[in-house]
Amino acid sequence: MPITYTSNEQVEVYRFSVPVAIGVPLLALFLQAFVPLHFPRFAVYVDLPLLVTIFFAMARRSPIAGLFTGAIIGLAQDMLGHNPIGIYGIAKTIVGYGASSLGVKLDVENAGARFLVTLGFYLIHSAVYFTVARALVNMTQSWSWLHGILAGLVNAFIGVLLYFVLDRFKQRT
Amino acid sequence: MESVLGRYRNLIVLVLVLFAQVLGLAVQVKRGGAANDAQDTRLIRIWAVGALSPFERSVVWIQNSSRNLWHNYFYLRGVRAENRQLKEQIEQMRLEQVRLSEDAAQARRLQNLLAFKEQFIAKTVAAQVIGSSGSDLSRIVYIDKGEDSGIKRDMAVMTADGIVGKVLLVYPSESQVLLISDQSSGVGAILEKSRLQGVLRGAPNGEVTLERVMSDEQVQPGETVLTSGGDQIFPKGLPIGSVTKVAPGKDLFLNIKIKPAADLSKLEEVLVLVEKQERQSFADVHERVRAADILAQRLPSVPDKPAVDPNAPATASNAGSKPANGGPGTASTKPATNASTTPKPNSGVTAQSAAKKEVVPGQQASGSAPVSAATKTAKPVNSNPTQTDSAKVQPGPAIVEEKPSSPVPAQPKSQTPVEDNSPQ
Repeated sequence: MPITYTSNEQVEVYRFSVPVAIGVPLLALFLQAFVPLHFPRFAVYVDLPLLVTIFFAMARRSPIAGLFTGAIIGLAQDMLGHNPIGIYGIAKTIVGYGASSLGVKLDVENAGARFLVTLGFYLIHSAVYFTVARALVNMTQSWSWLHGILAGLVNAFIGVLLYFVLDRFKQRT
Repeated sequence: MESVLGRYRNLIVLVLVLFAQVLGLAVQVKRGGAANDAQDTRLIRIWAVGALSPFERSVVWIQNSSRNLWHNYFYLRGVRAENRQLKEQIEQMRLEQVRLSEDAAQARRLQNLLAFKEQFIAKTVAAQVIGSSGSDLSRIVYIDKGEDSGIKRDMAVMTADGIVGKVLLVYPSESQVLLISDQSSGVGAILEKSRLQGVLRGAPNGEVTLERVMSDEQVQPGETVLTSGGDQIFPKGLPIGSVTKVAPGKDLFLNIKIKPAADLSKLEEVLVLVEKQERQSFADVHERVRAADILAQRLPSVPDKPAVDPNAPATASNAGSKPANGGPGTASTKPATNASTTPKPNSGVTAQSAAKKEVVPGQQASGSAPVSAATKTAKPVNSNPTQTDSAKVQPGPAIVEEKPSSPVPAQPKSQTPVEDNSPQ
């Protein structure tokens, strides 16, 4: 059955095959680590693991599944850096929980809603990361609204395109 | 109770998961910064890196193979012209090399005077950059060489253009390199012309700044920044970058922005410095004079007998009193001070060797006073000081002095023992 973006299906809960559930986050992490070698600005403006977290959380529509998805992807992202493990983990846990909670209540399957949701969650993610990094880890961080909004728009745009691709892997429960 | 748990189940799980992560963070931070933390969480990081690095290696291998195939077998347009141009460039560089080698020899001689010890790059391992952290908040890259290739923590990483960073974590077949643009990085640096020293640090936005330079100092944009060697990681004198902007900073220090010489945003191949040597710089063995000889020249001594030449009696008699750096005459007046104990007129070389063996720091001055007899005895034999055998230098406070580079006049010479400070 083709997937449509109507309100009748907004409460539809999706699941994913194991290869997709594992492979897509891994691929996102791989691209996030590899692409900046050739396009250095990619790491500054794009957060593919965050987009994948938002997508899976919204599609599964289960806050617990969403927060665990965010936690696992975030912790894996932490492991690739040299900062203490858990900063991305906390930020993406909150985003996963929020995105899945939002997915239960709103129609998040049209492009406009997805754009706004992604923009909003990018800012939330950045704010949580900034807070944790400064308050708990004592890292020197600087906050820039301009950069945040710009990167949020870029992520939202890429996210909308990515979600359409990932929609093909959805399986109805 | 059950209804409460059921009602707020999601929220409770969220709080628990967050609490667990905060607890983990607190433990890592309490154990003392990123370095120790990295060690504590090494196993977890190995899993993550191990899961991704095969893909990264594969992609890099495919990229390199296809690029090499294209450039080495297909895209050969303009190679002849480039070859010709490179040959011309080689000729120019040869000329430049002659000039620079003279400068280098002079620098080594001067360093030798100060018993200067320098760290040399002894061995490097080439590595391919295969990945990054994927975050602008953690400026690191991964290379495809690890413990198996002899790489260890805190080794310097560089390119031909300049330094890149240091090895932060080592895995069996990969390593994590902390770039100099990361905010937790620190490199001892020195400005090439003004010789001002500072600490190179990364900023959160990826810029590189030179800190700890007082605001009353004059620093010009464009000046080259080199490693100072003070961090014990990078040998002294490696290029870091150049000054792009100088502005007043906080706490009486300048805010100096640096553009790294190596392009940190597009790293492909790097060199890991796996072995450093600390050794005394060496100069040409024939351009050294022992302290004993210098002192002997300056102390009063019985002058040599005049030479047979009746036309120049004054020259020979005055020779013994000339100062050490008094030009060509110096060479002729370097007596074999301690040769007085082994007067073997038929074996000048042997006498020199004996003299060298007897030179002990601290005894040079006293041994150099009773000079002239032995000098005179050995004089006819040793007409060419450059043929003397070289001996390994004894470590100690022996002073060496540069001989004048002008040619030594062909006149009768006393023994000129020569020390060899060349590296073992």
